[in-house]
This record gives sequence, structure tokens and C-alpha cells, in this order.
Amino acid sequence: MLGLSLAVPVVGAGLILLLRRNPNAREAASLVTAGALFAIVLRVYAAVSEGGRPSLVLAEPIPGLPLALEAEPLGVLFALIASFLWIVTTMYSIGYMRGHHEKNQTRFYLFFAFAIASVMGVAFAGNLFTLFVFYEVLSLTTFPLVTHAGTEKAKRAGRVYLGILFTTSIALQLLAIVWTYAITGTLDFQDGGILNGEAAGAVVPILLGLYVFGIGKAAVMPFHRWLPAAMVAPTPVSALLHAVAVVKAGVFAVLKVTVYVFGIDFLGAEGASVWLMWVAAATIILGSLVAFTKDNLKARLAYSTVSQLSYVVLGAMLANSWGVIGSGMHIAMHAFGKITLFFCAGAIMVAAHKSEVSQLGGLGRRMPVTFAAFFIGTLSIVGLPPTGGSWSKWFLGVGSLEAGQVGLVAVLMVSSLLSLAYLMEIPLKGFFGKADGQAGGHGGHADHGSADAHDDHGHAPAILRWSMAAIVTTSVACVILFVYPEPFYRLMSMVAGP
Amino acid sequence: MRLDLFVSHYNYWVVIFLMMVGFYILISRGNLIKKVVGLNVFQTAVFMLYISMGKITGGTPPILVDPKGGGEAAAEVMYSNPLPHVLILTAIVVGIATTSVGLALAVRIKEAYGTLEEDEISRIEAEREAAE
Amino acid sequence: MSTHLPVLQVVVPLLAAPVCALIRNARAAAVIAVLASWATLAIALSLLGDVMSAGVISYALGDWVPPIGIEYRVDIVNAWVLVIVSTIASAVAPYMITSVEDEVERRRIPLFYAAYLLCLCGLLGITVTGDVFNVFVFLEISSLSAYALIAMGTRRRALTAAFRYLVMGSVGATFIVIGIGLLYVMTGSLNMADLAVLLPEVWDSRTVKVAYGFLGVGFCLKLALFPLHLWLPNAYAFAPSAVTAFMASTATKVAVYMLLRFFLTIFGAPFSFGVMALDRVLLPLALVAIVSMSLVAIFQVDVKRLLAYSSVAQIGYMVLGLSFASVTGLTATLLHLFNHALMKGALFMAMGCVVYRIGSVHIDAMAGLGKRMPWTMAAFVLGGLSLVGVPLTVGFVSKWFLILGALERGWWPVAVIVLLASVLALVYVWRVVEAAYFRPYEGDEGVGVEAPWRLLVPTWALVGANLYFGINAVRTAQVAERAAEVLMTGVGP
Repeated sequence: MLGLSLAVPVVGAGLILLLRRNPNAREAASLVTAGALFAIVLRVYAAVSEGGRPSLVLAEPIPGLPLALEAEPLGVLFALIASFLWIVTTMYSIGYMRGHHEKNQTRFYLFFAFAIASVMGVAFAGNLFTLFVFYEVLSLTTFPLVTHAGTEKAKRAGRVYLGILFTTSIALQLLAIVWTYAITGTLDFQDGGILNGEAAGAVVPILLGLYVFGIGKAAVMPFHRWLPAAMVAPTPVSALLHAVAVVKAGVFAVLKVTVYVFGIDFLGAEGASVWLMWVAAATIILGSLVAFTKDNLKARLAYSTVSQLSYVVLGAMLANSWGVIGSGMHIAMHAFGKITLFFCAGAIMVAAHKSEVSQLGGLGRRMPVTFAAFFIGTLSIVGLPPTGGSWSKWFLGVGSLEAGQVGLVAVLMVSSLLSLAYLMEIPLKGFFGKADGQAGGHGGHADHGSADAHDDHGHAPAILRWSMAAIVTTSVACVILFVYPEPFYRLMSMVAGP
Repeated sequence: MRLDLFVSHYNYWVVIFLMMVGFYILISRGNLIKKVVGLNVFQTAVFMLYISMGKITGGTPPILVDPKGGGEAAAEVMYSNPLPHVLILTAIVVGIATTSVGLALAVRIKEAYGTLEEDEISRIEAEREAAE
Repeated sequence: MSTHLPVLQVVVPLLAAPVCALIRNARAAAVIAVLASWATLAIALSLLGDVMSAGVISYALGDWVPPIGIEYRVDIVNAWVLVIVSTIASAVAPYMITSVEDEVERRRIPLFYAAYLLCLCGLLGITVTGDVFNVFVFLEISSLSAYALIAMGTRRRALTAAFRYLVMGSVGATFIVIGIGLLYVMTGSLNMADLAVLLPEVWDSRTVKVAYGFLGVGFCLKLALFPLHLWLPNAYAFAPSAVTAFMASTATKVAVYMLLRFFLTIFGAPFSFGVMALDRVLLPLALVAIVSMSLVAIFQVDVKRLLAYSSVAQIGYMVLGLSFASVTGLTATLLHLFNHALMKGALFMAMGCVVYRIGSVHIDAMAGLGKRMPWTMAAFVLGGLSLVGVPLTVGFVSKWFLILGALERGWWPVAVIVLLASVLALVYVWRVVEAAYFRPYEGDEGVGVEAPWRLLVPTWALVGANLYFGINAVRTAQVAERAAEVLMTGVGP
């Protein structure tokens, strides 16, 4: 089953390549693959929730270091989210890529499938080595997606992207991994951690720091620059990969290292993670502040992601079970919320050709569904009921209190307020702002956009129906997760039962 | 004592002198032919080293003295060590080969550049690169 | 027959060479060269198999009993190096057929193959022999033919590059002869195993130390260890593509082998590390080589030169492994011998494909090739990633052992430098990748289509090996580790 979770997207990629002459069949292949993958992950979920730990050894590159897969609750949680949102994103891409007349669509779907395969590898990695391998493969497979446009700007963004992700992972993360291996002689993930009792003193906080900064995909400042740079990619990429799969692979790796390499009891006892809590807290606040200054919608969302990712890191660094539960829940909740926001941003770009926040005035009245979805997504990111985001914030708050860090609770509050302010501006402007505010410079373009929109009775063009379905799905999911967060909570309490 | 050491190892001093001369020519001369000459002197120094260490004071050439004719004395005949000499025959052949390859290259370089002076060649190359 | 394998390893290419020279037919010579190369691989593999199962093989040349006669002595270390050299030869030889026709004058082609086979013979001979003077002879056979091969490059700078290599190479070889001579003075023996037994009695002698110094400088010249690397970049940049691919993956590797064999087997690890402090001499040189040469590589505009500087940096990695003076470090060195041969072979062969179609390896000439020569550039990207040390490629495997070795010694700053240097490698590889994939094609429409399959198949064979041994390195790592143990413990049984 685990082997299938890797093989299915790869086979899907093959189908996509074979069917490149027929776009409809190609997209159908993408959708079927995504559906099949989700079905497989659901079966893994069923097995794991009954206490099973399916595992598989793929190869043994270096003696004693197998390339092994093992499904455990945290990985299943991540795989569930990624594979489900892949279906939704594929639906969305069909509308977006055609509506936006993107070139090289086959390459796009091809590498998307490869990227998902590596995400599955990250999710089900049975040891640190496997995690690292798929982490690097993920960087490589997403590179063509980030530079999809092939322009000078895309090239520079690609440099920043690979530069930061490779530099941190090779210089810091790999060092940490070899160091861990040198200390313990193993890299297998184990309950309670492998470093527990093997290392002590100053080594532990340094090693943890190497991991947290070395996993550049977690975008902890100062290694966050790649994430805004990656926003030159087509919106579905930003949505799935840079709001969900890639960045979540980062924080997931941090969480996994914390739980299964260090062990939360060990970290808590050593107090090794305290300094990193404050690094994460600083990232949360600074990310929110920078998001404020960004007028470009995708850039604002990107900095919001930087800030939100550090919630997950923070939860992990709290090193107690509530923190870890909140952390894992936040991986899920933020995924649904942020992907909704990105979907909306993309829809606005395709339908109305607007990419700056200041241009959005009055647009909500023409695109009510999109802006309503944006509103729900915002609520979830801020952490307000009735959306799933409120649960993760709650657990993170409890975790902070239990760790005795009242200051962190304040950080959480302040950043919630900040995110409320910079995100809520958008739906407010959309519904209550004045139409065609100061967008005079873009007159021709905007007119064209509104003409398109008017053709469809003040709504998105026909091809965007696929995209609209995706937007509605994820925003409804945000609400459902408030009522029914049960599966994710169950998985997380299996990881770190209180 | 010092002087004694100096004199008794005179072969080494010759070798070292020759070696340094060869090395100096190799480094200081820009002319490719002179470089080959320098290399030759340098290698010859090593041949000398080998040949001189095969010599044993009072030893005869290593040709088997007829045991019947020599009688008892034959067992006490002291031979020079033939092995280093044999080795150096090989090395001389190698040296000739190196020299000929070096000279052949020098001929080709002269054909291609019209000069054998190293600095001339680098000037030509620099000009060509600047022109590109 | 099989008892004569050690000598056949050398005799096959040695006899094939004059046949090539006499036959005066380019195609026939090419076929002979390919068959001879494949034969050496078969012999090397069977020798490795024998050594792995039955231990050291000793072959007395002409039935003269060692230590008087010349002994060919194959243990796991040189069996491993034999496999490396002959593997590369087997991949490059078929590639030569097409590449050389394009780059070398037609009437010289049979002579080219003769020189290639002599070079191969020399490299294999250095590796297989158990006699120190024999090492020198084979060294000169390989070097002299290498000078000739390099001089056959298309541009006239190939001539000056070859001349420079000749001068520096001969000086290096002469230093080695001096060292060997002094060893003979002290022990009266030229047999390696014999020397290893006799030398510890005269460790204190100044002559032995001087011999050690001469040999060290000689080897470092031959393996192009910084700062004695000056001959290498031009030689690699201007030689014919196939020669560069062959030399870059074999010649320096064999030089590293000589260094290991002399300093660890003959002098012994206790003398090298204990008395001569070899580790403390090599460590800074290796680190400087890695960092400075990677930096220099970043600023090259000729991609073959860029890769040549990268080679000097990679040699630094091999020497670094030695300087850890541990089994793990030596395992890294021996693995990197093989792994670097695979990656540099693949990279230089990909560049040979570009030369074949475009006629230039200037970085500007790469523009737009990602679309026009997709297989060639994909090979370059994969080889480049291997050079960087991305997981699932061989580059990662060697880097893993290297870092592990550094941390075992507690030298974590060394580990950090090694890792940062990988990032430098990423930068110089990525410059080429960006040119190939992000810049539009500027040449004529007619040229610059995909290279012929006759070039692509051997190239991709090496790329495939890069991936295969990256995913499944258990076998290679085991062999390298056993070889490292043999080197560290001295003469095996």
C-alpha cells in the first residue's frame, strides 16, 4: 500500500506524458490518479488508526541506512491532507491553467505528479535519511513548477528557491543528520526519540537548531525568502505546494524530528527548544508585519504563510503533548484555510485580472462566491469559529500555558489580531469598497477583465466552473473541520497522547 | 669529520648540483627547447644517483668470474650491484621517449604559433582572446 | 588461463596498441580499442571476484620468484581501482568512435587509438604491479601517451597544454624515481610487500624520510593536488572530449591509488600518520583545494575548464578522506574514486556531445540547449546533481562517508566546510543549467539538434551508473570499506 502511494503518482505522471496530445484525456488522467491516491491513503489511514504500522523497505543505498517507508499517525495526517487537496487542486488547475492560457501544461501536470509522489515519500518516510532524500527530491521536482513562466523573473526566483532550500538542507540539515547518526548509530524514527539518553548538554539545542533552520521549507526566519519568491509560479502551484505540500513538508519534518528523533519528553527536560520557541515567535510576528506592507495579494498570502508556519514550529518547540497536537492540527487547518485563499487569489487573477489588494474595491459584488470563500478562509487562518482554525489555535494556546510561556500566548493573540487585520481587508474591500478605485493605470486591462466577468453575469467565466467547485469544496471543508476535527485529533493524540 | 662526510658522499653532491641546474633551467627559461634541455639535465642527475649507488668500492663489473679458473678467489670476488644499472637503462629509454615527445610538441607549437618563446605564445593567446 | 589474469590485464591493451597503429584503418582500430577495453573490464571484474573470495593473488612475472622477480600482486584495493579504470574505459571507448572522428584528423585516428590503449595499459599496470620500479615504468607509459592524446585536441592551445603537462609530469615522475631509488638504497628491495617488511627497521633513517618527501611531492604533482594542479585545467580543457572524459575519470584516480599504496601499504599507516604526520600536512591542502578550486570553477566561462577546476576540488575530497587517518575516511576516499569517475565521466561526455553538435563549450554556447539537446542536457543535470551530492546519486554516498569520517574525528568545522563546498558546486553546475534552460537558442536552426545515439548511449550508461550506485551503494561501500581496512592494517595475508 505504501509502495502504491509512491507508485500511483509516478504512473499518473507517465499517463500524463502519454496523453499529452489530448488535453482532456490528460486532465482526466490527473484527476483519476489523484482520486486513486486519496483512496490508497484512506486505506493506510484505516490500517494506522487500528494501531497498525505498515512499512516497506525500498532500497538500501548505504549499508545500515535503508530507504524505508513506514506509516505512522503524523505521516498519515500529512498524507491525507496532501492527497485530498491534490484532487481539489487538480480540479482547480483545469480551470485556471486553461483560463490563464498557460504554456507547457503537460510539463506542469507532469512535475505536479512527481512533486506529489515526493510528498508521499516525505509523509511516509521511515527514517531520517528517507525523509531527507524525498525532501531534496521535492525541491528538485518543484523547481520546474516555480520557474514555469521561464521569464527572467522566474529564473531569479528559481535561484532564490533552490539556493535557499539546497543551502540550508545541505549545509545544516545534512550536517545534523550525519551528526545524529554519528551519535546514535541509527536514523530510524522511534517513539520517544533516538537521541534520548544518547546526547546531553549544549549539543542538544545546537542540533535542534541545525534541524529547525536546516529544514528550510519550514520557512523560519531568516530562511523564509524562498517562499515569497516562489510566488511567481502559477497559482495552483502556490496553492497546493507553497501553502500546503512543500511548506507543510517542512514543518512536518520539524515536527517529526522533534517527536521521533529527540522525543518531546527529552526536549522538555533538556529545555533545549526554548530559544527556538522565541525564534518561531519572532517569525510569527515579523511575518505578519511584513504581510501588512504587501499590496500584491499573493505576496501578502505568502508572508501570511511564513507567519503561520511558525505556529507549527512553535507548537513543536513547546515540547509538550498539547503543543504537538496543536502543531499537527495546525498543519491540517492552515492547509485548508490557506489553499482556499490562494484559490480565490487565482480566481480573481484569471477572472478580473487583478493581482493587487488595492485594486479589489467592489469586486466582491461581482464575484460573491469567491469573496465569501475568501472570508471563510480568513476566519480559519485567524482562528475564529466556526472554522477549523480555531481548534489548532486553542491547542497551541493550551500548550504554551502548560509550558509556562505566558509570553507566547500573548504572541499568539497579537498575531491573530494582525492576521485578522491584513486578511480581512480583502473581503471588506471587495464587498464594501468602491469599484475601480485607483486602478486607472490598468484601465485597459481592468476593463477587459470586467467585460469577461460581465459576460458571465457578474461571475467567473465558464471554464472557471471547475475552479469554483474547488473553492467551494475547500471553504466548506474549513467549516466542517470546526464541527468534525475528530480524525485529525485522533491521529495527533496517537502521536502525543496527553 | 664534516669534511670527511662531504667528500665521501661526493656523488650525492654532484647529483644535487646537476639536479638543481636542470631544475633552474626548467623554471627560468621561457624557450621550450631549453626547457627540454633542462628536463634532460634534471633526469640525468637521477640516472647518476642510481648508477653511483650500484657501485661498490673495489667491486668488479658484475660478470660471473669463471669458478674453475678462479678457484677459491671466485667466491670472494666482489661484484658491483647490477640491478640499479639495469633499472636506469629503462629510465634512460623513458627519458629519450619523454625528450622526443617534448621535442615533437615543440615542433608542432612552432608550426602553430611561429615561436617557441613561452611569453610570446601567451601574448598571442591573450591577443586572440581580447579579439574575441 | 585464469591464473594469468593479472598479467593479461596489462598485456591485452599493450598488444592491442601496436595492432591499432599498424592497421591504419580508423574503424578497425576503433573496434579493436573497444574490444580491448571491454576485455580489461571482464578481467578486472573477475579479478575482483577472485580477490573478494580467495584473498590476495600473487603472480610472479616470467616465473621469477619475488622479491627478486617482478610480482603482480592483486589485493582488494587495486582490484577495486582496476575495476574503476576499466569501467570508465569500457564506457568511453565506444563513445570515442564517434567523438574522435569529429575531433581528430582522420589519418591520426589509428595512432590515437594506439595511444589510448597504451595509456590504458599504463594505468592498469601501475595499479596491478607489486614492484615499485615497475610502477614508474607504467607511469611513464601512461603519461607519455597522455601527452600525445592531449596534444591531439582541436585547438592549438592543446599543444601548449600538453607541453606544460609534459614538463610538470616528468618532474613529478622523476621525483618518484628518486624516492624509489632512495628506498632501494636503504632496503635493497623493490618489491612492495618486501619493502613493507623491511622498512620499519630503518624508520629512523633520514634517507627514508627524504624518500618519503620526494615520493609525496611526485604523487601530488601527478594527482594535481592544490597547489601542484597547474597543469590540469588546461590539459583537460583543450584535450579531445573523449580524452578528457577518460583522463579525468582515471588518471588522477590512479595517482591517488599510488599515493595510498606507497604511503599506507609500503610505508605503513603508523609511519605515515605517526612519524610523518601525513594527515596534518594533507588536511589543510585538501580543504584549501576544495574551497578555492570550487570558487575558481564558479568564474569559468569554458565549461570544460569549469569541470576541470571542479576536478581539482574533488581531488581535495579524496585527499581529505585520507587525512582523517581512519577507516571511514579511507572508505570515503575509495568510494569517491569510483563515484567521481562516474560523475565526471558522465559530465565530460555530455560536454563532448555538445562539442559534437555546437562545436564549443563556452557557457554562452549552452543557451537554449535544454530544449534542443534534451537528453544531453538531462545527462549533464543528473551528473551535476551527483557532483553536488544530492541524495540518490553516487555523490551523496561519498559525501556521507566523508562527513561521517570528519565527525568521527570530532572535526565538525571540516564537515561544515565540505557541506558548504557542495553549495559552491551547486552554484557552478547551476550556471550551466540556467544557460541551457532559461536562455533562448541563438545559433543556426540547422545545427544544435540532439547528439547521435552513439554518443548518448555511453553517456547515459554512466549517468545510469551514477543513479544505480547512488540508490544501491551497499556493494560498493562494502568493497571500499574492506579495501580501507586492508590499507589501514598494512599488508594483508
